[in-house]
Amino acid sequence: MPAAALDAIFRAHAAGALATLIRLTGDFDLAEEGLQEAFAAAAVAWKTETPANPRAWLVQAGRRRAIDQIRRRAAFRVRQETLAAEAEIARQTAPEEADEAAAAFGDDDLLRLIFTCCHPALALETQVALTLRTVCSIPTASVARAFLVSEEAMAQRLARAKAKIRAAGIPYETPPREQLDARVEGVLAVVYLVFTEAYAGDPERSLAAEAIGLGRRLAALLPGRGDIMGLLALMLLHEARRPARYDAAGDVVLLEDQDRSLWNRDAIAEGLALVKPALTAQSPPSSYAVQAAIAALHAEAPRAQDTDWRQIVGLYAVLLRIHPSPVIELNHAAALAMVDGPAAALQRLEALAARGALGGYDILPAARADLLRRLGRGREAAEAYREALTLAHHEPERRLFRRRLAELDRET
Amino acid sequence: MLTEPDMQYLLLIYADENHATSEAEGKAMVEAYGAFTQEIIQKGHFKGADRLRPTSTATTVRVRDGKTLATDGPFAETREQLGGYYLIEAKDLDEATAIAAKVPSAKVGSVEVRPVWTM
Repeated sequence: MPAAALDAIFRAHAAGALATLIRLTGDFDLAEEGLQEAFAAAAVAWKTETPANPRAWLVQAGRRRAIDQIRRRAAFRVRQETLAAEAEIARQTAPEEADEAAAAFGDDDLLRLIFTCCHPALALETQVALTLRTVCSIPTASVARAFLVSEEAMAQRLARAKAKIRAAGIPYETPPREQLDARVEGVLAVVYLVFTEAYAGDPERSLAAEAIGLGRRLAALLPGRGDIMGLLALMLLHEARRPARYDAAGDVVLLEDQDRSLWNRDAIAEGLALVKPALTAQSPPSSYAVQAAIAALHAEAPRAQDTDWRQIVGLYAVLLRIHPSPVIELNHAAALAMVDGPAAALQRLEALAARGALGGYDILPAARADLLRRLGRGREAAEAYREALTLAHHEPERRLFRRRLAELDRET
Repeated sequence: MLTEPDMQYLLLIYADENHATSEAEGKAMVEAYGAFTQEIIQKGHFKGADRLRPTSTATTVRVRDGKTLATDGPFAETREQLGGYYLIEAKDLDEATAIAAKVPSAKVGSVEVRPVWTM
């Protein structure tokens, strides 16, 4: 089998096999080492023939390596508990049971792994890193690049997280029904963070596909949940615009100026199909589902001027009721500008600014600048763009603000 | 899955010891603690508990260059002080967290959950 095909099989089964191995061994490191050795063994064994159930094969091989490893450790420090653990693992992972386990519980194990990596007792950043490393099978070096830290620092952070899981007794379980909603919310926050970082950041180190992959997996593992379907739809509908979001020079193209023929129609179709079930699955709807419905209205407009802004304003009002936040207030005001004009919207933004909301972020001065520009108040608009420029972190946004400033300079 | 024995967790109760409580509030708190303690004894989680005297009675000890330095006061001056603890047994962090959430002071202060390094 060619190396690329082998790689694809490994990628498809890595997370599931790892999840089962962690359950069987009760140890992240042991499971990771076992899986690495199983991959090495598979690279040789699968040259001629791929097994019918690759995940079960990997779990089996990984389990054997893990038991060897425990034996080696036990030889160094013969302790009763280690021997007891070894006996327990051997019993739990008897070959026929491991096959069954891999087949029957593979999905449950993956869910366990996701909930453990996104456990609220870990810091949010750590949850994100651990999820990328173990659930998405992204190499530590790449995770480190996404976090802009050295590989060594990331390896340390991951090791500390695994040590805390072990020492603090973070359970390797899908949470019980009464905790499920809150825990799913935590998992979705991690997925969305992976997505938004990828979306705002460098398109070259794209983690958006990983976030969408996680969303699809969660939707399959926990079907019928409005929050999961809503987030998946939201990510798909935003990601669909990516090809039109930057021009050839890498500059940001705003939604109203985007070439809509570049939008990814497959992603839009997949997202649109999820919006209605997401909205109706629970009452009140999850905020992700409402945000997805807003993105759907943009996706359905053939041209920017065809956008149903009145309905978008209404959806933002719903969002403000179920999930009030300054960012949503700002978006609500921006949508209002398209219905009632920039002057009415500007009033709302001034009120937000007066409350000191969104201090330190570029989005408020940028939105104010845009409205002032449309009202013909060039001098104030330029001042707001300069403020946005000092607060913006991403280079494409900074270039957009500089461009607007240059345009204003020419006009005055 | 490995059948692990229950783990031990220390629930460290932090609250503002200078917070003035009325007699009725104090009585309600004592009753709430009594009920909570009875509950975890009955469910088999209880290993031990104590209420601490205020930090004004605390002494902090450090050994530097072989010399013992004892200073007046707690380790750190913070808004909330360690006021007591429970030592409990729980099957995992989630169960320990659920028990910690029932500590009456969790509503006004905070409870730190620390796994105990069993020797």
